[in-house]
Amino acid sequence: MGYQTTLAKINAIFSDLSKDYVIYAPKRFVGDGTFTNIDTIRYGEITDLSEIEFAEKSNYSFKEVLLPISETLFYFTENEMKEADAPKKGAIVFLRSCDLHGLKRMDTIYLENGAVDTYYKRLRDKTKFILMGCENSFENCFCVSMGTQKSDDYDAYIKVDGNAVLVDSHWDLLDAALAGATEASVMPDSVTANNTVVTVPETVPQTLFDAPFWEDYGNRCIACGRCNFVCPTCTCFTMQDIFYTDNGKAGERRRVWASCHVDGYTDMAGGHAFRNDKGQRMRFKVMHKVNDYKRRFGTHMCIGCGRCDDVCPEYISFANCINKLNTLVNDSVKEEN
Amino acid sequence: MLDLNTKKIKKNAYRITKVRGETASRIRVPGGLLTAELLPLIQNIAETYGNGRIHLTTRQGFEIPGIKFTDMEAVNALLQPIIDKLDINQEIPGKGYTSAGTRNISACIGSNTCPFATYNTTNFAKKMEQEIFPNDLHFKVAFTGCANDCIKTRMQDFGIIGMTEPQYQKERCIGCQACVKACQKKSVDALSVENYRIVRNTEKCVGCGECVINCPTRAWTRSPETYYRLVLMGRTGKRNPRLAEDFLVWATEDAIIKIVKNTYDFVNHYIDREAPGGKEHIGYIIDRTGFEEYKKWAMEGVELDLRTIVKNPIYWGGIHYD
Ligand code: HEM
Ligand code: SF4
Ligand code: SF4
Ligand code: SF4
Ligand code: SF4
Ligand code: SF4
Repeated sequence: MGYQTTLAKINAIFSDLSKDYVIYAPKRFVGDGTFTNIDTIRYGEITDLSEIEFAEKSNYSFKEVLLPISETLFYFTENEMKEADAPKKGAIVFLRSCDLHGLKRMDTIYLENGAVDTYYKRLRDKTKFILMGCENSFENCFCVSMGTQKSDDYDAYIKVDGNAVLVDSHWDLLDAALAGATEASVMPDSVTANNTVVTVPETVPQTLFDAPFWEDYGNRCIACGRCNFVCPTCTCFTMQDIFYTDNGKAGERRRVWASCHVDGYTDMAGGHAFRNDKGQRMRFKVMHKVNDYKRRFGTHMCIGCGRCDDVCPEYISFANCINKLNTLVNDSVKEEN
Repeated sequence: MLDLNTKKIKKNAYRITKVRGETASRIRVPGGLLTAELLPLIQNIAETYGNGRIHLTTRQGFEIPGIKFTDMEAVNALLQPIIDKLDINQEIPGKGYTSAGTRNISACIGSNTCPFATYNTTNFAKKMEQEIFPNDLHFKVAFTGCANDCIKTRMQDFGIIGMTEPQYQKERCIGCQACVKACQKKSVDALSVENYRIVRNTEKCVGCGECVINCPTRAWTRSPETYYRLVLMGRTGKRNPRLAEDFLVWATEDAIIKIVKNTYDFVNHYIDREAPGGKEHIGYIIDRTGFEEYKKWAMEGVELDLRTIVKNPIYWGGIHYD
């Protein structure tokens, strides 16, 4: 159901909803960037829609709401274990179309890939998603190439235009709250083209895995993992078992984000690491994003948000890597014929 | 026939050169940053009244040699738009620089451009210039963005080195240790790991911000306030060249400005009027009076932040040729 309402009205509704939901949206954290006087736009709690950064792409994705960067799973003593409590409130998350597609990738990994991940599920079940439109494509976005520029799989779409607010609600609670508001036909803003166009190769032959192509990345990548941490579809984590220092027999287990670019990712018991070459790490990530995941789940993992290209301190372009890979695949097919 | 008052000429930022009849004009650029539109004006002076050459000074000014003493008035007129544009305090408009003792306030490129800088060095330098220029006393002040000290503040009377106090949000930390490695390899090894979390040795930390720069998740961020290390009385020269020593660590902008201004009172009180040209360098005055006496004057009315560490006493080393 579509409505036209006012900012005051919608803020009042969210203030009401905040009794049962924590509201998360991309926010500007002034001066929190990598360098002096550079801001970070990342997810944080809001109480008023004016706190949302609509004009720019967030540097980090919404994934930290459903997959906290560091999440305590359970506490243990000698013989007992207690699961960490789930947050009492549910969550409302403002996000763009590409990220909403990213949510499906996370769902696939955590809910549909063998055993259900209860820690993810208990957060996911209580989360509502509100689409933010995109009037223009941002730098490095290639959602159109990945087919993620539109989504109607939202609980609501909200567009703030000065004091006027357009809403398209798929959520009964919101419909009830908006009863009496002017009805309107509301279509989410979405882009039809990006400056960055990416062509993903249909399949990548195994022979290219050791191609010299990857060596260039081995020389450039510094294994910082930023490209993974900003990515809405990177879902890897690792475990930390902590023994409280005053009482070495009690402690907690938590999981934290992991990155296939960062040292330690392939470390096994005994200390052996099987992928030390950074070029091979790049190969592994790229293949995971646009090849392996699709073979297993039918869609590409990457949703084309371009955040990895936005963030890489060494100016490594993932998008350009796929395009170069595509050329390489086409050339190698030609050679075979 | 030339009949000149060399003392007045020098105060006007002109040099008595080795070439009889010729002077050189020094243009100060506080903070070392100027807009490109000023370059043609400088070029014009050099080509019209100088010998067509421009020397880049160590303190980030321009020096135009080969000017006839008789052209100083004309050069002063051409300097005026440069002085105006760079917002230099001037006692008599149209007459060029009215002092040369307090040297151009220099600054490294700072946070306008450099990824390591913890503050806008140019802005602070300009602010300091407003506070202390013009003055005939020979003071050298320089600003540098971080502990790398690219401007070499350790060779100044007052060196100001930027610091940030890293803020740690443990719930954003994944234990990748990028910060630990950066601090160990590029800085002072102030970080360690305890139960997968990072512990900062606050006594060792120099506030360089490498941890902030290298953290991939924004677990480390900068403090909203910028802090400074104030180093004192470095110098070059014939008798006892030496590096500046720490005086304040984690100091604030206000405290630093006040201390520098207080030092003018100290020097005015203690300077040896009989010294050659009436000039005695601050560092040597402090050597005479003792650091305790200097500190009393310097700290007059200074309010320190709770974090500020005051080093007391200070001993300077360096090479003694005297
Ligand atoms: C043919 C025999 C074996 C195969 C194919 C095999 C395979 C694997 C694989 C695929 C993993 C997962 C690695 C990872 O994701 O990090 C693993 C982990 C592990 N395996 Fe084996 N394994 C074998 C024998 C053994 C034996 C005999 C032991 C003990 C004596 C053992 C102890 C472990 C341990 C402790 C881990 C956990 C490593 C970690 O997560 O760091 N495995 N193994
Ligand atoms: S791989 Fe890059 S473009 Fe693709 S979803 Fe991740 S961050 Fe976005
Ligand atoms: S790209 Fe790397 S970090 Fe991201 S999900 Fe795949 S394996 Fe994990
Ligand atoms: S952000 Fe760039 S340098 Fe860092 S791990 Fe990713 S590709 Fe490598
Ligand atoms: S600010 Fe510099 S010295 Fe202090 S912990 Fe960070 S890297 Fe180490
Ligand atoms: S770099 Fe950041 S995430 Fe990594 S260990 Fe240090 S604080 Fe934690």
